[in-house]
Amino acid sequence: MNSSARFSDNAPLDAAEIEERFEELVGAVLSSRRTATALSQELARQPRAVQEFTLHWVAITARSSPELAYQFATVAPGAIGALGVAGAEKWLLEAMDVFDREGLYRAAASLKDLAGFIRQARAQAGAVAFPEVARVLEHFLAGLSGRPMKLEADDVPWTDTDTVYLPRRITRYGRREENFRAYKVTAALLWAQARHGTFSLDAKRYPGTAPGLALLAALESIRLAARFERELPGLHRDLELLRQPAIESHFEPVVKALRSESAGVADSLLALQRLPADARAPDWVFLGRLEPQRALGVRAERIARDRQALQSAVARLRAEMRAADGGATAPAEAARLRVAVREMPGDAQQLDISLELDGRTMAPTPEVSALIESILQDLGELPEEYLVAAGDGAYRTENAGEPAELVPGIEAPAEGLLYDEWDFRRRHYRKDWCVLAERDVQPGDSRFVPAALIRYRAEVWHLRRSFEALRGEDRRLRGEPWGDEVDLDAAVRALTEMRSGAELAERLFVRRERKLRDMAVMFVVDMSGSTKGWINDCEREALVLLAEALEVLGDRYAIYGFSGITRKRCEVYRVKRFDERYGGEVQQRIAGIQPLDYTRMGVALRHLTGILAAQEARTRLMITLSDGKPDDFSDGYRGEYGIEDTRQALLEAKRAGIHSFCITIDREARDYLPRMYGAAHYTVIEDVARLPLKVAEVYRRLTS
Amino acid sequence: MDEARVRMTRQSLPDAAGLMIEREPYYQPLRGEVALFEAAWRNQMPVLLKGPTGCGKTRFIEYMAWRLARPLVTVSCHDDLTAADLVGRYLITARETAWSDGPMARAVRLGAILYLDEIVEARKDTTVVIHPLADDRRTLFVDKRGEVLKAPPEFMLAISYNPGYQSVLKELKQSTRQRFVAIDFDFPPAETEAGIVARESGIDAAASGRLVKLAHMTRNLKGNGLDEGASTRLLVHAAKLIVQGVEPRAACDAAIALALTDEPEMLAAVHELVSAVF
Ligand SMILES: Nc1ncnc2c1ncn2[C@@H]1O[C@H](COP(=O)(O)OP(=O)(O)O)[C@@H](O)[C@H]1O
Ligand SMILES: [Mg+2]
Repeated sequence: MNSSARFSDNAPLDAAEIEERFEELVGAVLSSRRTATALSQELARQPRAVQEFTLHWVAITARSSPELAYQFATVAPGAIGALGVAGAEKWLLEAMDVFDREGLYRAAASLKDLAGFIRQARAQAGAVAFPEVARVLEHFLAGLSGRPMKLEADDVPWTDTDTVYLPRRITRYGRREENFRAYKVTAALLWAQARHGTFSLDAKRYPGTAPGLALLAALESIRLAARFERELPGLHRDLELLRQPAIESHFEPVVKALRSESAGVADSLLALQRLPADARAPDWVFLGRLEPQRALGVRAERIARDRQALQSAVARLRAEMRAADGGATAPAEAARLRVAVREMPGDAQQLDISLELDGRTMAPTPEVSALIESILQDLGELPEEYLVAAGDGAYRTENAGEPAELVPGIEAPAEGLLYDEWDFRRRHYRKDWCVLAERDVQPGDSRFVPAALIRYRAEVWHLRRSFEALRGEDRRLRGEPWGDEVDLDAAVRALTEMRSGAELAERLFVRRERKLRDMAVMFVVDMSGSTKGWINDCEREALVLLAEALEVLGDRYAIYGFSGITRKRCEVYRVKRFDERYGGEVQQRIAGIQPLDYTRMGVALRHLTGILAAQEARTRLMITLSDGKPDDFSDGYRGEYGIEDTRQALLEAKRAGIHSFCITIDREARDYLPRMYGAAHYTVIEDVARLPLKVAEVYRRLTS
Repeated sequence: MDEARVRMTRQSLPDAAGLMIEREPYYQPLRGEVALFEAAWRNQMPVLLKGPTGCGKTRFIEYMAWRLARPLVTVSCHDDLTAADLVGRYLITARETAWSDGPMARAVRLGAILYLDEIVEARKDTTVVIHPLADDRRTLFVDKRGEVLKAPPEFMLAISYNPGYQSVLKELKQSTRQRFVAIDFDFPPAETEAGIVARESGIDAAASGRLVKLAHMTRNLKGNGLDEGASTRLLVHAAKLIVQGVEPRAACDAAIALALTDEPEMLAAVHELVSAVF
């Protein structure tokens, strides 16, 4: 290929070559009076690396604004000279952020103010900003205990026990390591508040004034630091390095009680009362604000949710056990799950959970372990009643009426495809029950995809790299007519055969070849009305990232959306067909994916299974993105009926040799998911913002 | 001591040179896996060891081979492995071609325990030779020689499989899976695992406890950015480095963090977890 041939040769490009590239990239803002000639001559004098860097970023910037890209090109050589390549990249990224927020004029001004940028960069050499640490600290907190927490930026640090809020930047220290340490210790203390019961008392018991809460925060930090000292000594050392000024003398008498192994938040409250009236909270960098009311609200909601989920998981385990026994187990009044939680001496963090159900020990499912761990974190114990099975092992149902007849006013299209639908009550298919039409998505905003690519530039880079690794495996093909080595096996066989009078065989070589990923993937996107807003944005962004990654891999893929209203108007929307290339048109259709009507999932899966099954491929994979339960307008698809039909459609896909994977965004009612996705693997994403990366990650894991 | 062990004398197996496990391997039993394996062996049933990498499956097989006094033939499967590699092939000697048994044929003839490690990594065509060995037939077809080898009663086929990979390319086919008695492996309870690490490396109890704690932290990250958490094997590696005098944090970075991920942010996070624990 032309570009790669050029790439390997390290001589600088000449002005004509550069000008040609500029015209390709930013031609839209060039004219007879404004040419790229001077620019190209300037760049032609630079080393090849600077040229490549400039052209690379001009190309990226041009996707959102050719004008900004042109402006960048004019100042790039100077900036690279002054800032180095990494610094120049930062400077350009900052201008691009300004462009996203405030438009071209401001962005161009920001690019031109190179001197200002350099001054600011020097002043803030040691500063650390939230986006730089967010991913690392999120992993860090998830590692500390099994229950991951979200991280967000705010003016002051605090937590509601689900999310940890951290300052936007920390500039207190001169060196980056010190500011990073401040971030880490702050985050760990907020995590410890949620983990070790800072918000486990009645709302009335917390101080009502800001100074009171600030003092309580300081006392809690002393209590939690003592825990760190016992359990996470390294973290404790970091915390002590930051504790400036030292603990004041009026704290001394109360500190001892807080350091005891059994100390809880109640001890901090007691200590608070014993402090002198003029006590002031110290200015420790890691102290945040306590928000007991908000934290208690979030905690109570989570406890209720976990309890319900655990109870129905117990019921499900029991039902499965009974089914495996052929119904031999007597249905006890209340099934009990016994949990043995063993703690390592001096350490509350390692739980060994084992289950005993009706006298039998069994391994906990990951779902059950996670729930128990979450409940233990909130309550410190597992109350008996949380282990009582709720219901008969079925998921909760609602509105499960008979499918009603047609809603007047909704007409079937003239030429629809007819599909059966599964009626779980009668245990048979309703013949030709649904009418389905295939349509194209109307093209949407052409700026959507480039904007998403910019927003996720770091992720795209990362994804491309990790997908390239998937692609790059070689395989040795034996018995080939030509190749790099002799295939000894084949040669010996040929020799034996020749001795017995046969002709010399021809396939005697071993050849290395890029392993062919013979794979066809169908992405199925929920376009029901309930995805409106954020979920829809994230679905579309997820597709953009995926498409980038899949283009690297060269896997064959198609993208379809679905929605509809009643069984007479089910719709499947083409975004990208298998035989279609990924380009501007497809990008605009991705942008055009919008929330429409309802989620009649079964029929859509049946139709798309047909399309996928027709693909010649060794592995066929169907990945569904949806926001929860199947649902349709007033003809009884809601609830059990729709869940069972969807399950049936996935079973049919499995029988057709298709692997299904379902990604669901739904944190409320997970209880029906194991049932519905019985035939498929699935994952639940609580944080919609995670979707774009998660989808690519799931895909990588599924196919590596 | 075991009657099977006593009955079996090493002299009766001249071809098994190097395949007998001479000294008792250290294996810490976790649940009823030893009894289950023995029962399967007595009943001539093949077994499937299911569990994450580095949790003791290989060590367990070595221990069982010693306990039952059978030779052990281990094959690590990979996607270049062909049926011929397993069964056998002709080799050229000075004047003529001579047949050479592959590990599978050898194991069957010896009545050994044949352990196919990470079976899903093998090429699909190898299942053709595995299936007849894994069901009632207990036979190996050596096509190239037109030979049919019937496995003696002492022979046992064992395979391992890591269900942690979610890849659709690495699923164990139902038709294969259903021929085997499955034994579930997972990482041991914390105290037991700390004991294993201490015993394997000679590290003190406090440090092995910290290593296990670190392992649990990385296992928390499984599915949240890591494909796998740190295995017992990695802990043993780190512990051995520490015993050799490597500074604990450097040892954990080298033996654990870098073994788990290349991603810079995840690497940084694991590094912070290491520094928090030590
Ligand atoms: N139950 C156990 N008893 C003794 N050693 C163990 C045990 N589990 C793990 N190990 C240690 O972990 C290491 C890795 O185990 P290995 O059997 O190679 O794992 P696998 O075969 O499951 O990948 C062993 O070399 C041993 O040091
Ligand atoms: Mg192994």
